[in-house]
Amino acid sequence: MSTVSVRSLSRTPPPPVNAAARLELLEFYLVHHEDIARCAHASLEWLARHAQVRRSVCLAVDAESGMLVGIAGYGVANEHVELFSWPLADTGDPLVATLSSAEPSVFRSPRANGHARLTPTTPLGAGAFVAMPLRGARTRDVDALGLLLMRAGTPITPDISWLVTVLGQKIEQIRGRGSVTEEARKLRRERALFFTIINSVTDPILLTDTEGRLIVANARAEKLFAAAEEANEGRRRAVELNNMLFSAALSRTVVETPSEARELLLVDPGDGSDLLFEVLSSTVEEPREGTGVVSVLRNITDLRRATEQVEENYQKLRMAEGAVRAERDRLNLIIDSVADPIIVTDPSGATVLMNAPAEELFTAPPDAAPVVLRGVQSNDAHFSSFISGLLLGESGPGEIRRGEIALMNPVAGTPIPVEAIAGKVLSESGELTAVVTILHDRREALERARLFEQLKVGADELQMRVQAATAELATQNELLRRQAIELEQASRLKSQFLANMSHEFRTPLNAILGYTHMLLQGVAGELPPNIKRQLQRIDSNGRHLLTIINEILDLTRIEAGKMPMQVSEFDLNELVPEVMAELDAVIARSRLSVRAALSPEPPILRSDRQKVKQIVVNLLSNALKFTHRGVIEVALRLGKEGRQVSISVTDTGIGISPEHHENIFEDFRQVDDSPSRQYGGTGLGLAICRRLAHALGGRIMLHSVVGKGSTFTLTIPVDAPQ
Amino acid sequence: MSDQNAPLILVVDDYQDAREMYAEYLQFSGFRVAEARNGNEAVDQAFALRPDLILMDLSLPGKDGWEATRELKADERTRHIPIVALTGHALAGASDGAKKAGCDSFVTKPCLPDDLVVEVRRMLNAVKQG
Repeated sequence: MSTVSVRSLSRTPPPPVNAAARLELLEFYLVHHEDIARCAHASLEWLARHAQVRRSVCLAVDAESGMLVGIAGYGVANEHVELFSWPLADTGDPLVATLSSAEPSVFRSPRANGHARLTPTTPLGAGAFVAMPLRGARTRDVDALGLLLMRAGTPITPDISWLVTVLGQKIEQIRGRGSVTEEARKLRRERALFFTIINSVTDPILLTDTEGRLIVANARAEKLFAAAEEANEGRRRAVELNNMLFSAALSRTVVETPSEARELLLVDPGDGSDLLFEVLSSTVEEPREGTGVVSVLRNITDLRRATEQVEENYQKLRMAEGAVRAERDRLNLIIDSVADPIIVTDPSGATVLMNAPAEELFTAPPDAAPVVLRGVQSNDAHFSSFISGLLLGESGPGEIRRGEIALMNPVAGTPIPVEAIAGKVLSESGELTAVVTILHDRREALERARLFEQLKVGADELQMRVQAATAELATQNELLRRQAIELEQASRLKSQFLANMSHEFRTPLNAILGYTHMLLQGVAGELPPNIKRQLQRIDSNGRHLLTIINEILDLTRIEAGKMPMQVSEFDLNELVPEVMAELDAVIARSRLSVRAALSPEPPILRSDRQKVKQIVVNLLSNALKFTHRGVIEVALRLGKEGRQVSISVTDTGIGISPEHHENIFEDFRQVDDSPSRQYGGTGLGLAICRRLAHALGGRIMLHSVVGKGSTFTLTIPVDAPQ
Repeated sequence: MSDQNAPLILVVDDYQDAREMYAEYLQFSGFRVAEARNGNEAVDQAFALRPDLILMDLSLPGKDGWEATRELKADERTRHIPIVALTGHALAGASDGAKKAGCDSFVTKPCLPDDLVVEVRRMLNAVKQG
């Protein structure tokens, strides 16, 4: 904010081509700086921006030390610039020599050609470079004040030449000022001191005119209210905003109450955060400069934040306090609602809290009976012993101690065995703060255990009984199994016996029938008719006996499974007349009309011919036996789809009442099985028929009306099962 | 009644009543008859007499009918003699066993003498024709 005379620069060469850019350099860099290094630095930056000189170094002559020193660099390391110095006395040095030269010197890399010109090491680094002497307006004929070093090959544009001239003159001007009067120097020192002082104040200090325009600002204030041209958009905007806010605040201050402190919210241009300031402004009257306003801003952002924090903490504390209170109420409620006694003790073992059930065990009114008091004391002693055991033991977080304590009901004097479960309550730092003990009445558990034991005994007993019953059952099963085997053996023996017996029957019967036959055939000569008739009686009874024996044998064979199927193909239409022919003698004797109704298409069977024939013989024999007059018809019918065939024998005999329809098929059964029965036979015929029909895969059905007659129908498949 | 040219039938049966009954009726029917009471006798008689037909009861003491039949059928001298098996065991499979042993025909007891003579004649005719 120092004022600089622009008049001293009015002798610059005629306006250059890039007038606007050059003006910028003058206004914003050179004019404002009184320091050679800063001016040089600004110039190099300008060169980089407007003349595309990416690397450059500015050297200056320091008369006091007699050295050529580096004062600014662009695109090179700062420390190289600062460390560079070369004695001016070394006049043989090409750089020193260049100071007295009127023209720029080009320094080539030693390796570029074999020329033995010494190339000094400059902050620009190795490689060819060009050095341009910087001269002031008054020192045109004397040695230069400094050198501008650039990379060789950089075209020396009019801009560069202009800058060299301007920078030279500026250096001369600054240097020249150093040689003005002592008073002026003193003034400058004081001024510098003043700036040092206000810059060292950590609060921003501003001097503005009444319009709010900035006149003087310390470093802190500059950070808030000034931004370099190259600063980023955000920072510039923040600064702009701060200026506006400050002007507004200032105008109010001036108008309203000047001495009162006000709060001002600004933006930190660095990070955009809010900054709260307290502004103290006072107007100063200066006859020469007019009225100004001095403002001191005190940053109270942290203060405010701290206040808010305290407020917030206080709120939190209050809320926490409320929560704790609610928690404790709830805890008390829970503790009291638990039926088991709960006792909370402090680390020394003293009781802190107990619920109502605990009170019944451990407290008694002072006027209680001595026996009650003794009970309470006894309980207390037992509990204390338990707790001290826990307290003396190792303490670890979450440690739970269990134990059994023999307490008693102080009033009733009955013993109460309890299980005590104690847990340590530790603070965050691990210190023991309390011990919570819950006493669980074990009487119920003990009772339950006793009942369980009883139940177990009962269950064991039951199991033993079941095992015994199972064993008994197994024995019975084994017995039954043996009986079954024995029965089977007996049945087999019976069959074998019957088979043997029938054979034994046949042998004498063979002789009886044979000799009777021989006598009747006249082997012993012609017999008198009465003897012949008696022999015929022997013969017919013998035959009857043979039939009975044969039937018994058949049944035995069927039962013994010794009647295998012998399947062949045959025509049923042929079988029926065959049966009738076999029974021709009986039919003739019966004087009944026996008819056969054969099937129009030949019923060809694949079955056991012998068995089919035996059934039909049997049915027809029965019909003949039980029919005294009328008709017997044997009818063949092919069933549906030709899969089955039925042979029915219908008679006009005595008939069978319904209650006997089933049992006539049983072994040794006739409707009348009394000793004085009218009809002969074993009663095995139908039983055999039914068994044979089953073997053929068919069945026999009966339809009969007493006094009218019967119809037996054999139905078998055309293809017998194998 | 029987002459020397009549066919000779060997009746083998251990049951005397049956054996003699068949023998008597066969003689009555015009055959010559020889008798044997067991398997050994049957084989001996067969070799000695070379009968035209043998009626062989299968259940015999000692050497039974099956064995005797096998023996006779295995011998060149007696192989041609038809053997009609007689048995009281009417069980299925008895006839198969008899056929297997070499019997040419099978008759179940009780068998009336008349029926037996019919069967004997049938077998002799079959041999004559064969």
